[in-house]
Amino acid sequence: MSTVATSRSSTVVHALTKTSLGQKYLMAVSGLVALLFVIGHMVGNLQIFLGQDQINHYAETLQNLGPLLWVIRGFLILFILIHIWEGIKLKLENVASRPEPYSYRKYRKASLASRTMIWTGLIIASFVGYHLAHFTVQATNPAFKTLVDAQGRHDVYSMMILGFQNVWVSLLYIIAIGLLCYHLSHGVTSMFQSMGLNKPETQPTLDKIGLTLSVILFLGYISIPLSILAGIVNLPKGGM
Amino acid sequence: MNLTLHVWRQKNATDKGRMETYQATDINEHMSFLEMLDVVNEDLIGKGIDPIHFDHDCREGICGMCSLVINGIPHGPERATTVCQLHMRHFKDGDEIYIEPWRAKAFPVIKDLIVDRSAFDRIIQAGGFVSVNTGGTPDANAIPISKSDADEAMDFAQCIGCGACVAACKNASAMLFVGAKIAQLAALPQGKVEAERRVKAMVAQMDKEGFGNCTNYYECEAVCPKEISVKGIAKMNREFFKSMKG
Ligand code: FES
Repeated sequence: MSTVATSRSSTVVHALTKTSLGQKYLMAVSGLVALLFVIGHMVGNLQIFLGQDQINHYAETLQNLGPLLWVIRGFLILFILIHIWEGIKLKLENVASRPEPYSYRKYRKASLASRTMIWTGLIIASFVGYHLAHFTVQATNPAFKTLVDAQGRHDVYSMMILGFQNVWVSLLYIIAIGLLCYHLSHGVTSMFQSMGLNKPETQPTLDKIGLTLSVILFLGYISIPLSILAGIVNLPKGGM
Repeated sequence: MNLTLHVWRQKNATDKGRMETYQATDINEHMSFLEMLDVVNEDLIGKGIDPIHFDHDCREGICGMCSLVINGIPHGPERATTVCQLHMRHFKDGDEIYIEPWRAKAFPVIKDLIVDRSAFDRIIQAGGFVSVNTGGTPDANAIPISKSDADEAMDFAQCIGCGACVAACKNASAMLFVGAKIAQLAALPQGKVEAERRVKAMVAQMDKEGFGNCTNYYECEAVCPKEISVKGIAKMNREFFKSMKG
């Protein structure tokens, strides 16, 4: 009984990691996990518009999850690594599949977003590295560590404002978000095709969902640095 | 009309190959693209030059032998048209035309514009068939099949196996071809019995042949002379998922 189960799970692992279709499933599922994070992260960050108390409270609640937070982070990191690893692996295989290029090439349908997934993906990944160093580990700005609000909580609110008041930081952020959403404009609908979860009747709706979601995420994310730069969201009056 | 052709010339499988330029003069707009090449070849033979080799057979759009990439598009600029059915009236006097073979590691060039597509045959041999005995000419309604299933199977059965999907795909993926075969057979009761085994074997063979992985560009569907839909790929993705669980 257990040997049957083991051999079945080893065939599944083999199918997922070694076959073209299995690897597409991995790309789709890991992409979905990353997408859920991107949505959740935006909802979290938008709380900056609800004021210092709200977002600092939210940040503290997350921190207080303790080990659970690390479980979630571990899960997320694992899936993002799978997404990057598989993305690179598939790209290398795809390049190898056409050793001699065409001297004249024209595309009828393949969108630019679909043809540049690897590049937008790699740029986003490097930006995430910087973004973590900036706001999470605060290695680039150690002063962020000492920001504390009136209730003695880490002052995420002021940290975001101080961070985004730097025009270059904001600009880089906006570009990275733009690329992320461009990546998603192909990725979201692609996910359904890869998993075979679409139907010809549902495809146009799925395309629209992908596009709308990308636009919402783009606007939601960039509203933060833009509001800070425009002075709509300000540092607390009575000091930090 | 007069045209300038840039054609891929390659002596044999091991030759490096290069683009060469030829003039096509006095081309009649009613000629097919292949007839135009026939005229050019007459001229080349007259000059003692090795004629341009290209694949063709039926010249009526049903066999899947013709296979030219014309100005960057497999089977050329007309939708739902094989290159043998492409007429010169779609070109203008003075046009420059680039003619290249299907390019994929799994489709090595044999000579000039002819590539070896036996990888497709091996994929079919791996599982693209029905092994239950379907008897002699069957009674039309002996096995009831719904109209929508029959239509779906017919849509996918239109694939002529030319390989334009592979040629068009940025990744040289064969998933439209394989998806069409799997979707066709999975739609019919005769093919359902071995659906799981089939999808596994055909996908394994496809991977082994060195085709790339589909990243949903849908360029294949756009160039397919038989307009096979990428829903065949989605169907294959579903079928494979089922086979994994089994
Ligand atoms: S030669 Fe038969 S399809 Fe073109």
